[in-house]
This record gives sequence, structure tokens and C-alpha cells, in this order.
Amino acid sequence: MLLVPYVIMLMISFYTREFPFHVPDFQFGNYLKLVEDPQYYLVIFRSLKIAFLVGVTAFVISYPLSYCLARKIKSNRVRLLLYVATIVPLWVSYLLRAYTWKTILGSEGILNSFLMWTGIIQEPSTLFLYNQFAMVITMAYIFTPFMVMPVYASLEKIPPSLIEASKDLGAGRIKTFLKITLPLSMPGVLAGFTFTFCLSAGDFISPALVGGPYSNMVANVVATQFGIAMNWPLGSALGMVLLFIVLAVITLSDRLERAGRINLA
Amino acid sequence: MATVLELRNLTKKFAGDVTAVNNISMSIEGGEFVTLLGASGCGKTTMLRMIGGFEHPDAGSVVLDGVDITDAPPYERPVNMMFQDYALFPHMTVESNIGYGLRISGIESRQVQHEVDEMLELIDLPGMQNRLPSELSNGQQQRVALARALIRKPKILLLDEPMSALDAKLRQSMQIELLSLHKKIGITFLMVTHDQTEAMVMSDRITVIRDGAIEQIGTPTELYDHPVTPYVADFLGQSNMIPAVVQRSTADRLIAKVGSNELDVTNATVIGTIDSNVTLCIRPERIRLLESSSEVDTSLEVIIGVVEQVLYSGNSLHFTISLDNNQSIHVHHPLNTVFDSSSIASIGDTVRCGVTSATISIFAG
Repeated sequence: MLLVPYVIMLMISFYTREFPFHVPDFQFGNYLKLVEDPQYYLVIFRSLKIAFLVGVTAFVISYPLSYCLARKIKSNRVRLLLYVATIVPLWVSYLLRAYTWKTILGSEGILNSFLMWTGIIQEPSTLFLYNQFAMVITMAYIFTPFMVMPVYASLEKIPPSLIEASKDLGAGRIKTFLKITLPLSMPGVLAGFTFTFCLSAGDFISPALVGGPYSNMVANVVATQFGIAMNWPLGSALGMVLLFIVLAVITLSDRLERAGRINLA
Repeated sequence: MATVLELRNLTKKFAGDVTAVNNISMSIEGGEFVTLLGASGCGKTTMLRMIGGFEHPDAGSVVLDGVDITDAPPYERPVNMMFQDYALFPHMTVESNIGYGLRISGIESRQVQHEVDEMLELIDLPGMQNRLPSELSNGQQQRVALARALIRKPKILLLDEPMSALDAKLRQSMQIELLSLHKKIGITFLMVTHDQTEAMVMSDRITVIRDGAIEQIGTPTELYDHPVTPYVADFLGQSNMIPAVVQRSTADRLIAKVGSNELDVTNATVIGTIDSNVTLCIRPERIRLLESSSEVDTSLEVIIGVVEQVLYSGNSLHFTISLDNNQSIHVHHPLNTVFDSSSIASIGDTVRCGVTSATISIFAG
């Protein structure tokens, strides 16, 4: 039953547009349009690029956090508290969380106030909001829990005796981290990156709220096609392309994880 | 032999006011095989970890070859540990695992490979360079862990309950292998275990630890034949702890009264100052069931009792014999021929048990 919407969308993607609606058909015209018209394929590339950047940013934010949670905090209670504190925001409305960044990055926002207070800039800057930078920051913040959870889980699974053994054999803290901890946490990093990437690629709210005029992503275009443009076939085709890319990323990630898992049995 | 390790007043407390190691001082000579023996939670593993650098003592110092290493991190100590769970790096091959320490210290790869090959020959695992730890059996993993620690030629090799993950048969063969490896390499071994048989079989000296303090240090023979506390007597092997009353006879001989039996214990080992109430400690295998009521051996002291229970354990019979003061003693009777139940005392029979006074230890109180 979960497949029904996808099947319908797949069928519609082959229909032909006839103003004002569309007629059942089986033709690849819609897909062709996506490949030929730069307006569409640029959107796809932009979405993938942003998704990748979000993944990397989320990794940079989440890894140190997960590492502290898993390895540095001694008290069980503190660890649990911080972990929950990281995850709980997921339960808050997505729209609300995206909105907070609108206020933080805006000309009246905290960031600008702070920079002016320290004297780095003289008047509020509009550089922070309504662009791809804002989108990446917003989505990275929102999807951090999805990176923290698998990374924390994989870090936690590393037996402390491995770390001790590495030190016993002469490796200092940094070498131990690079040779033992980081490689062994890679499955978690991979999983987290995949989640974050796929969630970001199809995101609608962040580009709409903080992206500004030149930051349309796939989801926004699909919405327009289904909305104002009344071009369901094209919108469906775009949706299917995104679906296909996401599935490909997940499959690739799964293959990589499987190959790596043999070593960790 | 020079002293290679000295522990001076080593103390470690954990949260909740638990004193794991209580002011312990001891020294180890180079080339020795020393075992820290004790029950779970007695502090022996904490001691080992402080020597390895994984715990920091609250007081006292660890001195290796004259150098105080108390505050040094593990990667700066010329000491290596074989961990209880082996701690092999799952994402590296056997070759990378064993060569890990050498590569870290900057030795070039070809030289490392050469030394790893030699080490694999030594531990009898030739050709396993490219296997992953998950592809090895328990015993093989243990040997790789051992090789990984030994290849750096540490001053002391620390072994944390090395046999605990092995089954009984494998354990026995590994004990012998470890022992022969020790003789071949000549490095000082310091092992922690709760298995007293293992400790006795393998060690030059044993330190019995109880509640964070040393009960006794000595060779296996010293500890077994001349325990200085009832705890040591009971921990190593089995012993009968028999309450008795002693007095000096007119001929200045020491007589112990056990029920209605009188034993001349002048040649026994006496621990502490005794007044009249003591505990006699006699090992079950040192008591002999006398053949018949007429057998007389003047070198033996005799205890008379009634057989309560007989258990067959393949190589011996375990008798439980009750004495006339409501005490029971255990006697292990070796079976050096095929078992014939008719020739052996059975339940309800009165028997005479003989023991030489030299094998008796007397503890005060």
C-alpha cells in the first residue's frame, strides 16, 4: 500500500500535458524536458550539491558532539541528558525550527547584533540570510540528530580495550583516533551522511523560508508544477528523478556498509 | 637477577569509598614469571592496569628498572599488555595488528613485515598474515594478541586473565605453550588470574591478593605447603580446617586434641602464637586411609572416624568422614588401579586416617 502513491506518480510522469490538465499517455517527453531545459537540470544539480554540503556540515557539527557523548562524558546521567537534548528537537515542528534560523541570520538577528557589538561590522549584513549559505546552515542544524544518532551508536560500540591496546602499543591520542576510532566509526558516519543527504535533497521548507530567490530546490519546483503551473506530468517526472537518485545513493551506501562490515564482525 | 619492577605503597580508590588497592608494595625480578592471584574484585586487575598505565594510582609509585613511570601514559611505557578480550583491531589484518606497534614507532614497512613473519613462526601461525581477526579461532586470536605485545620487546609483559576465554583442554595446552614461550624469550611475565591451578603450574612466584592487600608471596610450593593464613590455605587447593585444642605434654611435645583423637603435632608448621584453641589445616590428599585396623605406622598420626559419603572422581575417591566431635573431614584417596568397590571402605564403616605431622599447619584461634 505504501507503493501506491509512487506508482501513481510514475504513471502520471508519462502523461502528456494538455492545457489546463493532462491526458493519459505513455511518452518520455517530460523526462526529455528535464534533461534539455537547464532550468530543470540545474535545479537537480543544485539540490544534490546542497544536500552534499549539508551532509558535510552536519558531519562537522555532529562528530565532535557524538565523540564527546560516547567517549568523554563519564556520568551516565549527563550523557543521557545531552543525548536526549540533541534528539528532542526533532519533535518540534520543522517549520518552527527553520524559522528560528530566519530570525538568527536576519538583519535584526542575533548574529548581526553580535558582530556589531564586537565591532567586526558597522551595520547589519544581509549576507547571511536568503541564500544557499542560510539553507545549508538551517538544514544542517535540523538534520544534526540524524547524524548524531548513528555516529554515536557506532562510536559507543567500540570496545574501550581497543583504544587502550592502541595506546599500549605506543600510539598517542591523535594517532589512536585516526587509526582506530575514526575508521571504526565510519559505518555510523556513512549511515548518518546518507540520511542527511537524502532528507536534504528533497527538502522544501528551508529553500522556501531562508533560501532566497535563487535557491530553488527540486521540491520547490515540483510544488510549483503541481500548483500554479498545473503541469502534473512534469512535476511527477521531476519527483521520480529525485526518487531514483535517492534510491541510488541509499543502495550505494548500503553496498559500502556491507563491504566494510565484513571487517568488523 | 636484577629487580625490574617495584611497586611502592601503591593505593587506588574508586568512587563510593572503595579501596581497590591498599598500600601494596612488592618487587619483581627480571625474567620471572609472577602471578597475581585472587578472587574477583580483589584488586589484582587494578594493580596490573596501574603498571600498564591505564589507571593512575592515588598514592604510591611504579618504578620500572629504576625509573619512576607512575605518571607516564601507556604509550610512553616499555611495558605491553595482553588484554583479556585480546583487543585485536577488527579492521586490520593479522600482519597489521602484530606490526601496529612497530609501525607507530616509525620502523619501515619491509622491516616490520620481516619481524612479523618471524613472530608468526614463533607462535606457530605461519602464513596467517592476511587473515582478519574475525576469521581466527579463539586460540589463534590469543596467540596473535600475544605476538602483538611481545614484538615490541617490552621489559614486562602483562597478561590479564589470558586463559579465561578458552575451554579447558585448550587452556591446558596454552599454559604449556605460554610457559615455553616465556623460557624461550626470557622477558618478565606478570599475569593476573583467579585460577589457582593455572597460577601454580605457570609461576615462579605467586602473590595472593585479598581485598586490595597481599596475603602471601612465595613460590607455588611455599604457598601450598606452608600457607601463612587460612585464606591462602583455602584458596590454593583444598584444605580441611579442623578446630582443635593444643597443649604441651610433659615431654615437651605439642599435642592437639581433635575430638577423642590425640595428634602429636610437634613437627607441624605453626603460624602465629597459639594458646589452647587452634585450627588445624590438613590437605585432603595428604591424609591416608589406613588399610586395616591393625596397620601401624609410627610416623603417622591417626584420626578415627566414620565414613559419611564416598564420591568417585575418576582418578580418586573423595571421602567425607565424620569425627566424634561432629566435625567432618575430606580425604582424597588416589586410585592407582582399577576401581574395586569391595576393597574400599563404604558408608558407615569406621576408618583410621593417617597423616604426618609435617603436613599439618596450625593457625592460631
